[in-house]
Amino acid sequence: MTNEQQNDTRIWHGELTTRSALRRRGLLQVSPGLFWILIFLTVPALALIALSFATRGGYGEIEWVFTLENFSRLAGYGMFGWSPDYLIILARSLWVAFVTTTICTALAFPLAFYIARKPKTTRYVWLTMVIIPFWTNLVIRTYAWQLVLSPDLPIAKFAAVLGLIPAGSPLYPSEFAVYLGMISAFLPFVVLPLYSSVEKLDWSLVEAAFDLYSNRRRVFMQAILPQTLPGLSVGAILTFVPAMGMFLIPDFLGGAKYMLVGNLIQQQFGKSRDWPFGAAVSLALMVLTLIGLFVFRRKGEKMEVI
Amino acid sequence: MRSQRKPLLVPAMALGTLAFLYIPLMAVASFSVNDSRFGLTWQGFTWKWYLELFRNEQVLEAVGNTLFLGLVSTVIATVVGTALALGLNRFPWSRKTSAFFEFNLYMPVITPEIVFAGALVIAFASLRYFSSAFEPGMLNMIIGHVTFQVAFVALVVRSRLAAFNNEIEEASHDLYASSWYTLRKVILPMLTPGIVSGAMLAFTLSLDDFIISFFTAGPTSVTLPLYIYAEVHRGITPKIHALSTVGLLVTIVLVIASQKISNSFNEKERDDA
Repeated sequence: MTNEQQNDTRIWHGELTTRSALRRRGLLQVSPGLFWILIFLTVPALALIALSFATRGGYGEIEWVFTLENFSRLAGYGMFGWSPDYLIILARSLWVAFVTTTICTALAFPLAFYIARKPKTTRYVWLTMVIIPFWTNLVIRTYAWQLVLSPDLPIAKFAAVLGLIPAGSPLYPSEFAVYLGMISAFLPFVVLPLYSSVEKLDWSLVEAAFDLYSNRRRVFMQAILPQTLPGLSVGAILTFVPAMGMFLIPDFLGGAKYMLVGNLIQQQFGKSRDWPFGAAVSLALMVLTLIGLFVFRRKGEKMEVI
Repeated sequence: MRSQRKPLLVPAMALGTLAFLYIPLMAVASFSVNDSRFGLTWQGFTWKWYLELFRNEQVLEAVGNTLFLGLVSTVIATVVGTALALGLNRFPWSRKTSAFFEFNLYMPVITPEIVFAGALVIAFASLRYFSSAFEPGMLNMIIGHVTFQVAFVALVVRSRLAAFNNEIEEASHDLYASSWYTLRKVILPMLTPGIVSGAMLAFTLSLDDFIISFFTAGPTSVTLPLYIYAEVHRGITPKIHALSTVGLLVTIVLVIASQKISNSFNEKERDDA
């Protein structure tokens, strides 16, 4: 059956014999879900853009006076001259998301290969081992790192012996703790899609590359990597986007010294009640996320050419 | 085989990575049975923190809220999301209309969670001009959860819809079945595995959610993740260890149960074929 014929059969649904009757029935089915998302997400998300050009009144209310002040504030121009605080938070978020994605990818490869080469009967047990932390609540998993890094346990004690921290103090809040939290939170997001690519890998290409005296590096770069790129890029996107907006992990493990953009947005919509500024920061986050995705795609394309 | 060329490096790294994922969880579980209120030195085995949990009213209320929120939002999202998937897939929409539908369908998936939460805050603030029902609380939480669940249910059901052929449906029409009859007797039964896995995904997403709940909850609608969050900010206590361990065990049961369910669907299909 050709595609066109298939489309034609779709138009004929029992008693629905005219195009308009069919369209009405379709709208009936689509509307609840469509309007739900429109009302509660799409329209307010667009309102965020308008809001970022509005002014905050004295009591946290919104005054619809057009201003660029929210953006100039984000760029560091405030009442007391220029300070790079907000820009540092933005740059740091981008950097943390980028490093997290890179390390997760590097750690995901051995694990995905290890699981894919297990016999079929035990493979799903190993996969379940990856899925369980993936579905465990992030609040629990992040809290668990606080516990592991607390002063009475060996890791912090060891760091104190090395003189990295004063004896009796925890290893959080710190940059190191944020990375531990981030990497363990997002590892399964890379391992699972990567595994589905590795599972389909055509090993004869790898054998052929070895037979032709390629060294390991070339085998990996030219016979394995290109085949796993689809899973890899899905995993990278699934990590990078939520890592950019992450709020909980820096809140638990980074503290005030290591704030990320997610914490800044949370403050504006929460305690500070400065929605116009929160909207401006959200917009900046969206733009940075899109830039990051674009960079990943470019990198992916370049790798494919090698 | 290849694996013999480098017999140790890959397994060592793989197992190391798994250990990295599990060490923090194991630590929490082992301290949940430690008989010491303060400090983290081992003082012997005890169940008492678990018993305290069952007597703690705040915890029990949080469990109730979490389950209520998860179940109600999942039921709504499954019905609405399945209808959305059917409506998107089986009608002759023009290219522009379907592009608009698609954009909205993917909005909840691509929007960073924190921006999603900000958008909800604005939506509910505007709705409060019309009705005071939209004060922070359970209703807002349910609405918020359904907003992201709908998209995931629709995507899962649609992938299932795309997988089966139209011939049985056509046969039903050829035999003068009305469209509702066909939907009830032909399409929905065939879609059941997709709908069930969509609903399971929606339920887990609801249980797992922290940020959306954090921005929409009121004082009487605290869920477990919100409760743990607030407790952690007060300091490390054995109560949180016990609660987290229960959360971990529930997750393990849910993961294994969902695999059993999807396996049984797969087997049934193989038998049918």
